[in-house]
Amino acid sequence: MNPENYIILSGLLFTIGALGVLIRRNAIVVFMSVELMLNAANLAFVSFARINGDLDGQVVAFFVMIVAAAEVVVGLAIIVTIFRTRRSASIDEPNLLKY
Amino acid sequence: MTQIGTGEAIVFWVCAVLSVTGALGLILSRRTVHSALWLALTMISLAVLYIANAAPFLGMVQIIVYTGAVMMLFLFVLMVVGVDSADSLVETLRGQRVAAILLAVGFGVLLTAGLGSALSGTMARGLDEANAQFGGNVEGIARLLFADYIIAFEIVAALLITAALGALVLTHRERIRPRVTQADLSRQRVASGAPGPKPTPGVYARHNAVDTPALLPDGTLAEDSVPAPLRARGDLRPIDTGAVEETRILAEGSPAVGPDVTPIADDPGSSPGEPR
Repeated sequence: MNPENYIILSGLLFTIGALGVLIRRNAIVVFMSVELMLNAANLAFVSFARINGDLDGQVVAFFVMIVAAAEVVVGLAIIVTIFRTRRSASIDEPNLLKY
Repeated sequence: MTQIGTGEAIVFWVCAVLSVTGALGLILSRRTVHSALWLALTMISLAVLYIANAAPFLGMVQIIVYTGAVMMLFLFVLMVVGVDSADSLVETLRGQRVAAILLAVGFGVLLTAGLGSALSGTMARGLDEANAQFGGNVEGIARLLFADYIIAFEIVAALLITAALGALVLTHRERIRPRVTQADLSRQRVASGAPGPKPTPGVYARHNAVDTPALLPDGTLAEDSVPAPLRARGDLRPIDTGAVEETRILAEGSPAVGPDVTPIADDPGSSPGEPR
């Protein structure tokens, strides 16, 4: 087995996450799909760190995790706020700016 | 340096299958809670893959931060938003789902084929050298984090604080009327004239159905013992005079109440207004 399998798995997971963002309507599921894409990118970072024999990739993956945690906190707060005013977690609902 | 060993190959294939299954479950589950649990499966298998990939520190952080904190936050918000808020199947843009699937398949094929051909035959240089430089994986990451990446580290710390404050501000609700304390509530209850609980239906009556009003000690009906909707529909069961008589006899200290003392028809199924 070659280390490229890790990268291919990462690409597969990223694709599935992107598909989830495109086809799901529930804001929380869309958000979880974004998390999946971030995790797939992290797997690529970690694998490339090993392929290149360099710890920088792992440090960058660590930063991605921190930024993802901050993003989850703010994003979920926004979802809760929208849910309070609209009584819905669907991403098709907040369309007032359209009109 | 070397190819990946057989043991790691087994770990990889098991965890790869698990993580892809979890990812597909995430986007295919109808219920949001199931999606969250599938994503937790994916994250745990990714943590195993990190550890297999010579990143034990990141694997542990993945388990603690992602499956421990982030997924629990997701589940918490799911409970706030409502567990059974199922997805609507109405497509706002016509044909969007088919187009998205086609796009994803094309993107996936391009990405994996491109990466596969670009990286085929790559040897992993391995992290043994980089780890040995500072005496271990955690030490190496610490060295990079607090020396080379110190500016980024500080900025990220500021970002985390800002995010926490932002969440507080976003979910904060201004109180528009004064808080009702327990003292206020008890004062209200006493002022309403009935500080105790209302009588429950059927307590002093022959039946224990909710439409049977309780009887007060003087034999009259306690109307507020019956739920308001039933009262509004006039579905009160009339006073069971036989029961009142029985109660009176019991209260006077009669040793036993039998059919020979006061003949009372046992009517468990009689409906209100039915002639007895």
